[in-house]
Amino acid sequence: MSAADGGDKSAPRVILVDDHGLFRSGVRAELGRQVEVVGEADDVAPAIELIERELPDVVLLDVHLPGGGGHAVITEVKKAHPEVKFLALSASDAPEDVIAVIRAGARGYVTKTISTTDLADAIRRVADGDAVFSHRLAGFVLDAFATAGAAPDVRPSFDPELDQLTTREREVLRLIAQGYTYKEVARELFISVKTVESHVSSVLRKLQLSSRHQLSRWAAERRLT
Amino acid sequence: MQEPSEPPWPPFRFQDRPGRRHPRHPRRHEHRWQDQQGFQDRPEGEDRHDWRSHFTRHGHGDGNPLRRDPEDRIAGGVAAGIGTWRGFSPTTVRIGCVVAALVTTGWAVPIYFIGWLVIPAKGSDTTIAAKARHDSQGVALAVGAASLLAVFLLLAGALNDGSIQIYCWPQVVSVACLTLIWRNAPEDEKAGMRHLIEPLESLGGADNVRRGTKLRFVVAAVLLIAGIGVLLSLHGGLYLLRPLGGFLLVVAAIVVLLGPWWLRIARDLLFERQARARAEERADMAARVHDSVLQTLALIQRSADDPQTVVQLARAQERELRSWLFEGRAPGDTTVTSFAEGIREIQRDVEARHNVPVEVVTVGDCPLDEHLSALLAAAREATVNAAKWSGASVISLFAEVEPDKVEVAVRDRGSGFDLYSVPADRKGVAESIRGRMLRHGGKAIVQSTLGEGTKVTLTMARGLAPAGQPAADGRRR
Repeated sequence: MSAADGGDKSAPRVILVDDHGLFRSGVRAELGRQVEVVGEADDVAPAIELIERELPDVVLLDVHLPGGGGHAVITEVKKAHPEVKFLALSASDAPEDVIAVIRAGARGYVTKTISTTDLADAIRRVADGDAVFSHRLAGFVLDAFATAGAAPDVRPSFDPELDQLTTREREVLRLIAQGYTYKEVARELFISVKTVESHVSSVLRKLQLSSRHQLSRWAAERRLT
Repeated sequence: MQEPSEPPWPPFRFQDRPGRRHPRHPRRHEHRWQDQQGFQDRPEGEDRHDWRSHFTRHGHGDGNPLRRDPEDRIAGGVAAGIGTWRGFSPTTVRIGCVVAALVTTGWAVPIYFIGWLVIPAKGSDTTIAAKARHDSQGVALAVGAASLLAVFLLLAGALNDGSIQIYCWPQVVSVACLTLIWRNAPEDEKAGMRHLIEPLESLGGADNVRRGTKLRFVVAAVLLIAGIGVLLSLHGGLYLLRPLGGFLLVVAAIVVLLGPWWLRIARDLLFERQARARAEERADMAARVHDSVLQTLALIQRSADDPQTVVQLARAQERELRSWLFEGRAPGDTTVTSFAEGIREIQRDVEARHNVPVEVVTVGDCPLDEHLSALLAAAREATVNAAKWSGASVISLFAEVEPDKVEVAVRDRGSGFDLYSVPADRKGVAESIRGRMLRHGGKAIVQSTLGEGTKVTLTMARGLAPAGQPAADGRRR
């Protein structure tokens, strides 16, 4: 394993999991300079095997996989290796699928239309332990929490802290949904970039720990509309 | 049922006597005219047309004449055919058939088989009966099989009190009908029947029978012999329970022997139906993909040297596919009934007209009212402005519906402008955005920095009473 060698940050070791060979080779060619791609897999079972053998810094994971979806990979790998980080990406993003991957433990979500520079940047941030929210994910999360909060009659009696976003978190998410970068969010709200990151991480934690009931109800509603 | 002016069954060979037609029934007239065309080379057709026109005259369930439905059949498709004809569910008709069979002490069964014989299959004109008439060997065989059963029943009747034969006598007719059907049904129907009687056939070929089958065969034989023994010893007139026990044993024998096969047949039927449904779904999907995606890919290939067009085509296709997959909207459906749909409509329009990608995020949704329509119009104006003047490569359009207010933010990272240098009379920002919002009780905030971009934030409270209407419900969904 080639962890950080020396003071300079080495390129993160990355595994690509996507069932589209064309997409994998494209990403590999584009990212080649900026990250170290140590393997590729095209389905759930081979991906789990490869990840547990290579133990990469970041797994770039497609939301949709033929053998059970990206969240199956995360759930399985996290059991033995909770330190492996996942960045989800997809082309066709049904909100409930994206939320499922995040709740399984992915540290972020980006769309496949993302530019190479932004993707490399996102991978580095996930490798450093930050959360990466695309504007679309920010929208989904706001929607999920807003819907759950707006129906007081079905408000569950679980930990209410987890079921709601703070005003500040909502502000941060709103700006991200409008396409602001973390730096721009920080400037807009007169806070530091670190604070923005901690807000986003906190949202991620709530998303993963909040009562399952509520978010699955949201997903069911989305499916109906 | 029948009109009094007409005989219950149309007279034989009436085609030879045109004078007996009934001009009051143009539809029937037409049928006979067609019949005469076919009559020249198919003389056996005469009586089948009698049957058909008989059923046609009364059919009005789905407007089509009565036809058996071999697609949806358990035995001959008669029940399914009657169901479609009269507008009932086939299952209802089937249950009706079984009840009728019990109530009429079995007479409904031969009637079913007669129906199988005389009702043509869907998409066909020929009845099995028409063919069977010319199958003299088959007729002989049918009479033979029927009389064999009759003799057997007479013998059995001599041995006990005859309570079971009541149900068996009608089956003499059934056996005759079945023989005729078997010999004269078209190939595909025969294949289906073969499937049904497969278990009986495979009992004959004992050389490749598996061990389980052999065991079942033995058990069934023992049960059968025991059952028949009990039934036959009944004439001693012993206990009331004994005929019932014997009957049960016989039934058990049949179930043990044939049960697994029937189960498999039922399963196969189910699979077949599922496969058909899947195939239809697939065809629908393929049609959609062809109509939109493949066409777009072809266009993209043809304009490969014009990146601008390629991007535009790809975006438009992505939007359409996304709205079909995740919102269930058919391509080309542009009706706007909710706020979020209105926002996406703005995205569609601006991307198509101004060639700039618009990244849309919507949170929540609500039905449109007069104020929200105004908000949409202002948002559209702001987005169009950004697309036209900012020079940004992408515009962000964010809309959030909250319980008490609706907010829209249009943002670009373009050239920006100096708010104070804009002439006061310029319509765009002043009238279309700010004025419109104010008139509907909302507000517009425009922030712009030269070289960094512009952001227009539009806010409108929800539940504002329009002229002559009470306040709208503040809650979503």
